[in-house]
Amino acid sequence: MFYLSKIELKLKEFDEVNPTFEEIILMSSLYIHIPFCKQACHYCDFHFSTSLKHKDQLVEAIGKELSMRKNELPGAVENIYFGGGTPSLLSESDLTSIFETIYAHYEVVEYPEITLEANPDDLDISYLQMLSGTKVNRLSIGVQSFFEEDLKLMNRAHNAGEAESSILLAKQFFDNISIDLIYGIPEMSVERWQANLSKALELGIPHISSYALTVEPNTALKHFIDKEIIPPVDDDLAKLHFDILVDTLQNMGYENYEFSNFGKPGYFSQNNTAYWTGKFYLGIGPSAHSFVNSTRSWNINNNPKYIKALEAGELPAKREELSRTDRYNEYIMTRLRTQWGVDLKVVETEFGLNYAAYLMDHIQAFQQQGLLKLEGDILKVTGDGKFLSDGIASELFMLNLK
Amino acid sequence: MKNIRNFCIIAHIDHGKSTLADRLLDFTKSVTERERKEQLLDNMDLERERGITIKSHAIQMVYPYKGEDYVFNLIDTPGHVDFSYEVSRSIAACEGALLIVDAAQSIQAQTISNLYLALENDLEIIPVLNKVDLQSANPDEVTDDIVDLIGCKREDVIRASAKEGIGIEEILNAIVERVPAPKGDPEAPLRALVFDSVYNPFRGIETYFRVFDGSIKKGQSIKFVATGKNYSADEVGTLKLVQFPKKEIKAGDVGYLITGIKNAKEVKVGDTITDAENPTKNAVSGFEDVKPMVFAGIYPVETDEYEELRTAMEKLQLNDASLVFVPESSAALGFGFRCGFLGMLHLEIIQERLEREFDMTVITTVPNVSYNAYTLKDKDKPIIVSNPTDLPEPTYLDRVEEPFIKASIITKSEFVGPVMSLCIEKRGQITNQTYLTQDRVELSFDMPLAEIVFDFYDRLKTVSKGYASFDYSPIGMRKSKLVKVDVLLNGNTVDALSALLHVDNAYDIGKRICEKLKELIPRQQFDIPIQAAIGAKIIARETVKALRKDVTAKCYGGDISRKRKLLEKQKKGKKRMRQVGNVEIPQEAFMAVLKLND
Repeated sequence: MFYLSKIELKLKEFDEVNPTFEEIILMSSLYIHIPFCKQACHYCDFHFSTSLKHKDQLVEAIGKELSMRKNELPGAVENIYFGGGTPSLLSESDLTSIFETIYAHYEVVEYPEITLEANPDDLDISYLQMLSGTKVNRLSIGVQSFFEEDLKLMNRAHNAGEAESSILLAKQFFDNISIDLIYGIPEMSVERWQANLSKALELGIPHISSYALTVEPNTALKHFIDKEIIPPVDDDLAKLHFDILVDTLQNMGYENYEFSNFGKPGYFSQNNTAYWTGKFYLGIGPSAHSFVNSTRSWNINNNPKYIKALEAGELPAKREELSRTDRYNEYIMTRLRTQWGVDLKVVETEFGLNYAAYLMDHIQAFQQQGLLKLEGDILKVTGDGKFLSDGIASELFMLNLK
Repeated sequence: MKNIRNFCIIAHIDHGKSTLADRLLDFTKSVTERERKEQLLDNMDLERERGITIKSHAIQMVYPYKGEDYVFNLIDTPGHVDFSYEVSRSIAACEGALLIVDAAQSIQAQTISNLYLALENDLEIIPVLNKVDLQSANPDEVTDDIVDLIGCKREDVIRASAKEGIGIEEILNAIVERVPAPKGDPEAPLRALVFDSVYNPFRGIETYFRVFDGSIKKGQSIKFVATGKNYSADEVGTLKLVQFPKKEIKAGDVGYLITGIKNAKEVKVGDTITDAENPTKNAVSGFEDVKPMVFAGIYPVETDEYEELRTAMEKLQLNDASLVFVPESSAALGFGFRCGFLGMLHLEIIQERLEREFDMTVITTVPNVSYNAYTLKDKDKPIIVSNPTDLPEPTYLDRVEEPFIKASIITKSEFVGPVMSLCIEKRGQITNQTYLTQDRVELSFDMPLAEIVFDFYDRLKTVSKGYASFDYSPIGMRKSKLVKVDVLLNGNTVDALSALLHVDNAYDIGKRICEKLKELIPRQQFDIPIQAAIGAKIIARETVKALRKDVTAKCYGGDISRKRKLLEKQKKGKKRMRQVGNVEIPQEAFMAVLKLND
């Protein structure tokens, strides 16, 4: 059931407390989804509403969900993450009330990582001052690019000036800061991408999440590309940018601990790591996803319906029990994205010899092509394989023949 | 015999044949409510979905008229050009035909060719104008079309709506009054025409026949004239919704026969059944051995499913004698079968039945017709080429002949131009142009059958905005200039992608095949060159660029399930592909040549 290998446990040293083995593997995450945005980014297919009308009711409903689900997590909460949408639309009283509910109902470790996603245009002095007075101790700033043309193309709410100033300001209040950067934007030159990275490095950000611009169905971006208003996304360009990204950041002491995430030692995102290492998490709020034991569940992605259900004391969630094959497939898919890789011993003990043998059979072709490598019992994608890792994972899947 | 009426229905697809048959059965109370299903006569799933009656059936009903009971035998006919021989045999079993014409769409080519068949067989035609209730109906104009076509009187055309139940009684009365009673000698030796057969897994082949002379009795020793085989008539009877066993079926009537035959090949549509001891001297004329027109390779996607495929094909052949196949092997695809079909629809039906009834995922290769090749060594003895790889090398080849057809297309006058240019592009020669009415034109062409196989129907539909109907009949072999175009993937010839093309089209089509394959072959971890070649000469080239990115950056708030399911789907898709060398080729790529204009 638990995917943490011994090697990984060694990597995760908790010096502030002395938790037992059992406690470490049960450490859990809380994810809170704030489904509001001031305006829609052209590429986004996450769940959000641009109407703030129901914000108060929603915060109330989130509180209710938190208290209703207080017994679902088997272990202590080690990190809390406010994602969105735009969590930086939350006021001081919103945050205070949510924290009160969490601390009243959940066991939280002594020094939890508490992240709030923020848009640069929300981060003025007074908001940052307020935030630093709450339990929030980490910021994830949606910078995306330091260049005006990119921000316009993506319809971001902030401009290039705000991108930079928000970080300079945030650094006065927070040490643990992450920024998002998007690459593979049509017509983004290699020089501009390098300049973006240089700017981030110059600002001394300890954690960078970097995503290739992806064209999702039913987004404005897709529409504009179809109408030839914006040139299409080019995979070759994305790959070129990705290679520059990995080289540049690794040279500067960042580890590419997960496909899209780079951190200086001690600054890896606990929340993101949880998703890819099979740790448990509760997702609170509309459209949020949870994973506990072998059950995945997800809330309804409609704000009024979510609010209505919780007002009636119901949890508007659907759930799915994972079969052994599902869990094997997920283990392969998630672990290939991380620097910890797939542990063949874990495959054998958790899923059985059949799975281990199947996996060994199917990795050979990729080893020959130089896309996968074995380091002892640990299977990892090579540098060349990284950008193809979903396809490789899919090939290693066992098919559910239901 | 004077109270028997044998008739069939001639109609274009969707002109309402099945619905009308339904209404006739309702009206004569041949069906109880419980038994009633929509479109009774089409009982294969596939037929229902496609809206075509693929295999014909027959059904008997009793209609009281002016104090007397009349026995009606309705003989159903398939409505697609691939099955025109079967239609001709059904027509030969009747004395009358209902000609159903859609009041909005008027007469179509298929209807006309079947109508001519009926007229040649001296059938009494009862024209029925169907769907008169439709808003778009044009009853007066279409009545004119019918009068022009068959030379009847305007009052002879019955206006009906099968859907609304309008005109049904009038049709039934007309059948009694206008269709002649069968003629025949009840005392002469047995002489019956086989017009259809159906495979029943429990009882063997059920043969449907029409008795012309004499009678057929249970237990009688009988003989099939064309196959020369003798059987015992284990059971005879008439066809209602269920079978009614009887002691005897007499001259003029229609019935079924069970002899314990297990293989459809032994019962040939058009054959004559006679008495074994006292055989008839004149078998029913018009018998033909049905010959396949289109050939294609069928291979299992998984190489180890060859034996399963063989079993499935053998089972299919039991109830579809027109399917022929021989084992063949391909360097690219391994072991499979070269199959012969009546036409493209027949091919699609077989492919679908393999998937549905036998759960076999198969790869079908580019269909082709059968050619006669003559070598320099023996210029008079043809080598029959039904697989492109069998064409002798150019250095040994004297000449090649290909099958030609006479094609008839009926369209609106405004589309004559585009239809003509399509047919000329398809190497057709115009032989006739007749205005059936003011704005309906019949065009006749001689053209190579091979051109029909390649995307002809779809293009005809496109250029005529759907207002064209098409029919054809073979007119023999003609000399032609053909070359074999090979396709190379990653430098290796994939024999299953080879095609025989006319030399004038080879460059253009070779180029388009490469372009289409580029679309259909998914990007893999390396560049895949696609080349078309005639002999050693490369005539076209494209490249499927290596896959650069196959990873999504983000995971929607921990939605691992969605991501897993997406990747599972990706893997399932790959299971339907065939690995040739190190290139994975999707099923549909083997038919790429047919989709060049999509």
